[in-house]
Amino acid sequence: MAAFDKVKVIVVGDSGVGKSSLTYLICHHQPINNPSWTVGCSVEVKLHEYKEGTPDQKTYFIELWDIGGSSSHRNTRSVFYNPTHGIILVHDLTNRKSQQNLQKWLAEVINKDGSSKSRVSSFDDFDPEQFVGSTQDCRQVRSLAAGSSSAVKLSRFFDKVIERRYHCRDGISPFSDKRRTLASLNPKFYHSD
Amino acid sequence: MGFIEDTLIILVTQVFFFVGGWVFFVKKLFRDYEVHHRLVQLIFSVTFSLSCTMFELIIFEILGVLDSSSRYFHWNLVLYVMLFMVIVLIPFYIGYFIVSNIRIVRLQMIRPLTILIWLVYIYLFWKVGDPFPILSPKQGILSIEQGISRIGVIGVTVMALLSGFGAVNYPYTSMAYFMRPVMPSDIQAIEKRLMQTMDMILVKKKRIALAKKGSVVNGPQNTQGSSGIWGMLKTVTTSVSKGTGENIWQLKQEIAALEELSRQLFLEAHDMHIMQERLQWASTFQGKYFNFLGYFFSLYCMWKICISTINIVFDRVGKKDPVTRGMEIAVHWVGINIDVTFWSQHISFFLVGCIVVTSIRGLLLTLTKFFYAISSSKSSDIIVLVLAQIMGMYFVSSVLLMRMNMPAEYRTIITQVLGELQFNFYHRWFDVIFLVSALSSIGFLYLAHKQGPGEAG
Repeated sequence: MAAFDKVKVIVVGDSGVGKSSLTYLICHHQPINNPSWTVGCSVEVKLHEYKEGTPDQKTYFIELWDIGGSSSHRNTRSVFYNPTHGIILVHDLTNRKSQQNLQKWLAEVINKDGSSKSRVSSFDDFDPEQFVGSTQDCRQVRSLAAGSSSAVKLSRFFDKVIERRYHCRDGISPFSDKRRTLASLNPKFYHSD
Repeated sequence: MGFIEDTLIILVTQVFFFVGGWVFFVKKLFRDYEVHHRLVQLIFSVTFSLSCTMFELIIFEILGVLDSSSRYFHWNLVLYVMLFMVIVLIPFYIGYFIVSNIRIVRLQMIRPLTILIWLVYIYLFWKVGDPFPILSPKQGILSIEQGISRIGVIGVTVMALLSGFGAVNYPYTSMAYFMRPVMPSDIQAIEKRLMQTMDMILVKKKRIALAKKGSVVNGPQNTQGSSGIWGMLKTVTTSVSKGTGENIWQLKQEIAALEELSRQLFLEAHDMHIMQERLQWASTFQGKYFNFLGYFFSLYCMWKICISTINIVFDRVGKKDPVTRGMEIAVHWVGINIDVTFWSQHISFFLVGCIVVTSIRGLLLTLTKFFYAISSSKSSDIIVLVLAQIMGMYFVSSVLLMRMNMPAEYRTIITQVLGELQFNFYHRWFDVIFLVSALSSIGFLYLAHKQGPGEAG
C-alpha cells in the first residue's frame, strides 16, 4: 500500500533519555501520553515532503525505528540496524554520561552494519555539516511546531537522508552508499522546582 | 601498642575501604548516570567502609592483632555508627529523595513530610521485633541489642533468600546438562519472523498516515458538530476516513496486537542469544571448570537443604563450629598428631577470610546486577540508598551468623559486643528462609525450563 518511496532512520541512545517521546512527537505532533520502557523496537512513520516548495517536491515515507536502549538487549538489537539510511542519536541534558555513551552507540551501530570497510570509531569521521543539534522539551507540542528552528533543522536532516539514499548514486566514492547521515538531538526534561 | 596507634591503624584501613567503595560506586554502579548528589556517594562509601571494618575487626580478633581493649572499643564505635546509619540516616534520605521526586509536593512541605515518613518507618521497624523471640525482656529501649536484633532479622532474611536462590541458580547456569541446544538457524528463523512483523506494522502505519493525510486534504468538514460524547462515539465506531475509506480504529487495534507480538518475538530472540552465548562459554576452559564445580555445588545444595530440614524438624542447634569439629575428627578418628591451638587459629582465619571475601564480592555483584536491571536516571539515587541500606543490614547479620563458624575462644568478643541476643533463633530463621528460598527457586527454574523448549518449536 506504500505508494511512496521510503527511508529508514534509527533512533538510538541510552535507556530513558526520551527516544520514544521524541519519535512520537516528530510523527504525531503530539506529546506521548505515558511512555514506558521500549522493549525491542517500535516504529513510527512520517510523510515528509522532499524539497518542499520547489518544483522537485516529492513525498517520501520516513520510518523512524525507535530502538530500546537497555544494555541487556545489546546482543539482540543488531537485527534492526541493517540496512539503515540515517541515525538520530539522543541524549539527556540532565545526565552527562548519556552524551559520553553516544560514542559507544555510534560504534555499535556502525560495526554491526556489516560493512567492514567503513570502520568508523569517532564523530570526526563524519562531515561536521551533517550535525544537527537541538534542545527541546518533548512534552510540549510547540517545540516542534512548523517553522520553529528545531523543525527546520529536522526537515533539513530528513532531506539530506533522502538525498543520500536516492539521489547520490553517481558513484563518487566507494563509501557513498555506506555513509550515514547523523543528527544528535537532546531532549531536555524540566525539573519542577 | 597503645590505644592511639591502634586507632590510627584502624583509621587508615577505614580510609582505604572508603576509597574502595567510592571507586566501586563511580566505576561500576553509576557507570551510566551522572552524580547529582554527592551525599549519596558519600553515604554508600561510608556504609561500605564501616562494613569492611567490622570484618577486619573479626580477623584481627582471630589473629590477635592489637590490644583487646582497643578492639572492644572500636567494635562498639563501629556498631553504634553503623546502627545510626542504617536506622536513622539512610531511611531519612531515602524518604527525602522519594518525596522530592514527586512533582506535586511543594518545596516547604518536603522536610516535614520526610520526617513524618521517617517516624512511620521507625514505628514499623519497632514492630518487626514483636513476632520474633529475639530478646530477653530485660533490655533497655535504646540499647544496642534492640537495634541489632531487628536489623538481624531483616538482614538474615535477605541473606537466606540470596543464598537459597544462589545455591540453586549456580548449578543451573553453569552445568551443561541444563543448557538447551540452540542452532543458529533457530535464531535466524526468529529474527526473520520479527522483521516480518515489523514490516507488517510499518505497512499498517503507512496506511494510517496516508489516510490521515487524505482526510486533511479533504478539508475539515468531517469534524464539524462532532463534539462531546456523541462526537466521541461517532469517531470510535465510524472512524472511516472519507478520503481513502480506511478504518483507522481497526488498523490501530491490529497494530497494537502486532506490536505485542513483536515484543514477544524480540524477547524470545534475546533468550536464544543468551543461551547461545552460554553454550559458547561452556565449551571454553573456564566453562568446563565451572561445569565440573557445578556438580559439587549441586551436591552441596542438596546436602544443605536436607540439613536445614533436619534442623527445623528435629529442632537441632549446632554447637560446634566446623573448625573444631574438623580438628576433632582429624585427631581422634584419623589419628593425626597436630597442635590444635596453632592450626585452629590459622584455619579459622583462612575460613573466615574466605567467607568474608566471597560474601562481600557476591553481594556487590548481586547489587550491581539488581541496580542495572531496575534503575533509571530519575530513581538512581533512591535505589543506591536502598542498596546501601541492604548492604549495611546484610553485613551486620553476616557478622552475627559468622559467630557460628568460629571456635569458642574467638566468639567471645562478638557475644560481648552484641550482647544477649538469642543467636540460635537467627540460625533457625536462616534455615527456614533458606529452605523456602531454595525450594521456590527450584520450582521457578523448573517451570521456566519447561516452558522454553515448548515454545521454541
